[in-house]
Amino acid sequence: MSASNLEKVLKSGNFAVTSECGPPRGADAEVVRKKGSYLKGYVDGVNVTDNQTSVVRMSSIGAAVLLKQMGFDPIMQMVCRDRNRIALQSDLLGAAALGLDNVLCLSGDHQKFGDHATAKNVFDIDSMQLIQTVRQLRDDGRFLSGEEVKGKPDMFIGCAENPFADPFEIRAMRLAKKAACGAQFVQTQCIFNVPKFEKWMEMVRDLGVHEKVYILAGITPCKSIGMARYMQKSVPGMDVPEDLITRLKGVAKEKVVEEGIKICVETIEQVRAIKGVAGVHIMAIEWEEKVGEIVEAAKLHPRPA
Amino acid sequence: MIVANRKPFEEIVEMVKPFKRILLLGCNECVTVCAVGGTKEVGVLASELRMHRQKEGQPIEIKEHTLERNCDPEYVETLGPIIGDVEAALSMACGCGIQFVGEHYRDKLVLPAVNTTFDGVTEEHGVWAERCLGCGNCVLDRTLGVCPVARCAKSLFNGPCGGSHGGKCEVSDETPCGWQLIVDRYKEMNMLQKYMEIQPLKNWTTSRDGGPRRRVREDLKI
Repeated sequence: MSASNLEKVLKSGNFAVTSECGPPRGADAEVVRKKGSYLKGYVDGVNVTDNQTSVVRMSSIGAAVLLKQMGFDPIMQMVCRDRNRIALQSDLLGAAALGLDNVLCLSGDHQKFGDHATAKNVFDIDSMQLIQTVRQLRDDGRFLSGEEVKGKPDMFIGCAENPFADPFEIRAMRLAKKAACGAQFVQTQCIFNVPKFEKWMEMVRDLGVHEKVYILAGITPCKSIGMARYMQKSVPGMDVPEDLITRLKGVAKEKVVEEGIKICVETIEQVRAIKGVAGVHIMAIEWEEKVGEIVEAAKLHPRPA
Repeated sequence: MIVANRKPFEEIVEMVKPFKRILLLGCNECVTVCAVGGTKEVGVLASELRMHRQKEGQPIEIKEHTLERNCDPEYVETLGPIIGDVEAALSMACGCGIQFVGEHYRDKLVLPAVNTTFDGVTEEHGVWAERCLGCGNCVLDRTLGVCPVARCAKSLFNGPCGGSHGGKCEVSDETPCGWQLIVDRYKEMNMLQKYMEIQPLKNWTTSRDGGPRRRVREDLKI
């Protein structure tokens, strides 16, 4: 077992809470510390995104170390878009040496979406192969080349899955494949369509995958009707039912934020009741200050020591 | 076939600006099939350039010629008498042809009139699409005839990313998701379980990553 707090919380059978901290578009450590301050005491681990949506930001390793210094258990995200197998393994060793105990292995958004759309991508390996890579470094103490690793990186290995992307019929199989590669926990894409998530969970249970990986359900509070509409129309693989937008539209303008939080808390309660869900991953995008309120309202506070 | 697009006219005009006498060279192979650089297109571009330069008061003399193939010495060598008295050649062949002609006639500049884009097929009249990246280690048996390297925007080997939606790639609604196509094939062939096979890390040495590639058949050498 790694030194990961998240791993400890999950293994002890507690319902886990993780959240997310997007690093700033600059070298100001204070921004990271400020975002962290909102999450203190409310989460078991904090994801640190890796140039999400292909926009250049402070590195996930750098920001994760800043959060570690604040006492958090960071979950370093790592994408295959920007680094080949040489750089990925090297950064895994560096991250482990800096005391990072969790890694979330992702393919990465296409660079088309970011601020450097003219860049060349790498994709030497994919997210499943990255999971295998971490496991191999950790468990076999061997690089991908077969050479010996002197000082194995001991990390709790995570992955992501989007139950709302297509083709739907292989989305549970895809998680099973990731589990077979060595993933120990998964954080899902934001859940707005709970019935569809339930269907996916049923398929996951049919494959027995919920017994192999801890499943953290992705939760995102909607700040505004505009945000909900944007996610519905413009974010590939996001499923925002029209009902949710109707509900936000149904309240007075000054009550939209409150309603958004309320929906979010209800969603947490709904997914918590689904067999096989081991925790929630709250992605309050550029709204970290609301995480505490959500965790308290969902009666998930205080967190296990 | 190799598919190309003609460069914007302004770019071509700028490229041939210093010259008064050029050869406009076409190719009878791929670029003819994809309607970018055959005899017909050579004729059209030559007329456009002549008219433009005439209007600018700087007339240009353009010889038009289309080789059977620009990638084969047998044909390239026949260009000698034709290319001899021009200041430069403007080629509508693919990038291979442009370079190969240049290698044979080292005192000439051979300029590209097209952007070579991909190895693909004619999906329908007037529509060409990419199918192969020439990675040098074919996996089409494993993915039932749909290439994950060429047809997934991220060249993923173990399934679709989270951006696949309604059969389309997250990069563009015009682009089919390669993994949706692969999964469709698994289903058609009643082989969906094949998806569960974990594909190992690819050895890219047979691809461009091993450096420029060459194939030698000693038995065919003269």
